Amino acid sequence: MPAAKTVPLQLRYLAHARSGDKGNSANVGLIALEPEWYDLLRRQVTVARVRRHFRGMVSGVDRYELPNLSALNFLLHGALDGGGTISLKTDAQGKVYSTALLRMEIAVPPAVARAARKAGR
Amino acid sequence: MSARVIRIAGGQGFWGDWLEAPVRQVEGGPIDYLMMDYLAEVTMSILQKQKSRNPEAGYARDFVPLMGRILPALVSKGIRVTSNAGGVNPRGCAEAVLAVARGQGLAGKLKVGLVSGDDLLPRIDELLAAGHALKDMETGRPLSDIRSRVLSANAYLGMAPMVEALDRGAQVVITGRVTDTGLTLAPMFHEFGWSPDDWDKVAAGTVAGHIIECGAQSSGGNLLKNWRSVKGLANPGFPIVEASEDGSFVVTKHPGTGGVVSVASVTEQLVYEMGNPHEYITPDGVADFTTIQLRQSGKDRVRVTGIRGAPRTPMLKVSIAYAYGFKAVGTLVYSWPDAYDKARAADRILRQRLKDLGLGFEQVLTEFVGVDATHGRLAGPADPEAPEVQLRVGVRATDRGGGALHPGNRAAGADRSAERHRLCRRAAAGGGSRRLLARAH
Repeated sequence: MPAAKTVPLQLRYLAHARSGDKGNSANVGLIALEPEWYDLLRRQVTVARVRRHFRGMVSGVDRYELPNLSALNFLLHGALDGGGTISLKTDAQGKVYSTALLRMEIAVPPAVARAARKAGR
Repeated sequence: MSARVIRIAGGQGFWGDWLEAPVRQVEGGPIDYLMMDYLAEVTMSILQKQKSRNPEAGYARDFVPLMGRILPALVSKGIRVTSNAGGVNPRGCAEAVLAVARGQGLAGKLKVGLVSGDDLLPRIDELLAAGHALKDMETGRPLSDIRSRVLSANAYLGMAPMVEALDRGAQVVITGRVTDTGLTLAPMFHEFGWSPDDWDKVAAGTVAGHIIECGAQSSGGNLLKNWRSVKGLANPGFPIVEASEDGSFVVTKHPGTGGVVSVASVTEQLVYEMGNPHEYITPDGVADFTTIQLRQSGKDRVRVTGIRGAPRTPMLKVSIAYAYGFKAVGTLVYSWPDAYDKARAADRILRQRLKDLGLGFEQVLTEFVGVDATHGRLAGPADPEAPEVQLRVGVRATDRGGGALHPGNRAAGADRSAERHRLCRRAAAGGGSRRLLARAH
């Protein structure tokens, strides 16, 4: 792929998300705000990057692709201080790992960045 | 091809959900079924505790007065109900509903189906002796490690006993621990006479159930995308599935209600609490969420098609709660100036005092609300001019005294028992369910 010019953009402008708990794991469903942005997510929001983003907060990461929903699903293991019933965390059920992931920046073409920021999210 | 459509309305997404929702589902437009999910993992152990103090308790108590409110409309309109409000005492729940029906002069007009058999607490030792290790699904640890501390053990039953109850004419089906999705699957299989081995139909009904089992979470509640544009959330329309015989369905809500049903709102609910999307496993079959196709087919209407499934596994999941220990959380608020620094100083002082007391906690967790409580270090540095910061300290110990040299000392405020839930599987559950039908008279 030619090295096209890109700019960094937070995922909050490119995706919406929801998360929940499964035992001591949290899941994050990351959904492209526009279907054509799904491929940017798929290429850049990798297991390695998500593991780095949440380093010290989770013990492992799995990723699944749902192109039919323009979505990726992440499982964040060891994320809940033992799980909803014994956890001492404010977010004992992992509801806000979704928005925590939206803080991540990825590299996007300037035109995408302009369109995404203009949408105003 | 039949154009028959069955309308299944979601009325409760958890115990404590908006009590007006089921009333408005019944009164706000035509529906055929009202499904109400009350049981989160933690709810079963809470109900078990209530039952151990009072054998009459153990079910979602507010379900009974709710039924009292809607029973006349249910009977006159022929709307049927599926609900797991029975918790750990479905018989008590069913009898209470029948008593309400009698009080309203509906004797003989209301047939209540009762599904039990999910409670494995009396059978644990028999199962262990038969070679079922009941290992923790996450850690692999055998149940024998914590056998003496078990509080509740319930298998997640599938749709079969509910379908049978509906086939036998029950208007209200009250269950214990069945899957959330089974409450929606059962009406579909009863109405359309689908084979329980038609895996694509099982998967379609499972996805429909997943979409409506969390109340307004699929109809605009908790929606992140364009959340400001979602109007009327003081009176949200709870979701309704319009199921067709070919396995496709439409997600919608009653006209004139708040919230929104859109591809975005349904997608957010689809990915909620999702594991491997290729294998959404229930006792009834395995749904492949990567086959779901969504299309906005009108205002507040999303058409769902294309869902494929695979055969059920030979296992049932068992949710086991056991006494783990104690936890306590305390908070203190600090104000500008230097709110965060003061809160951090207070945390150091508190930890030194706990250490000096010789309390042996398994875990001490400090969070600063307003700084890092939700996103941790990802939130970035604290604002030095923050108007206030709340120090929040939680402690957890396996015994009440905090493993203490001074067992009389408690760490903070009211301590509270902590329970760890084990999600276990056991082999071939066969014959785990028992069905009873009762008629009001």
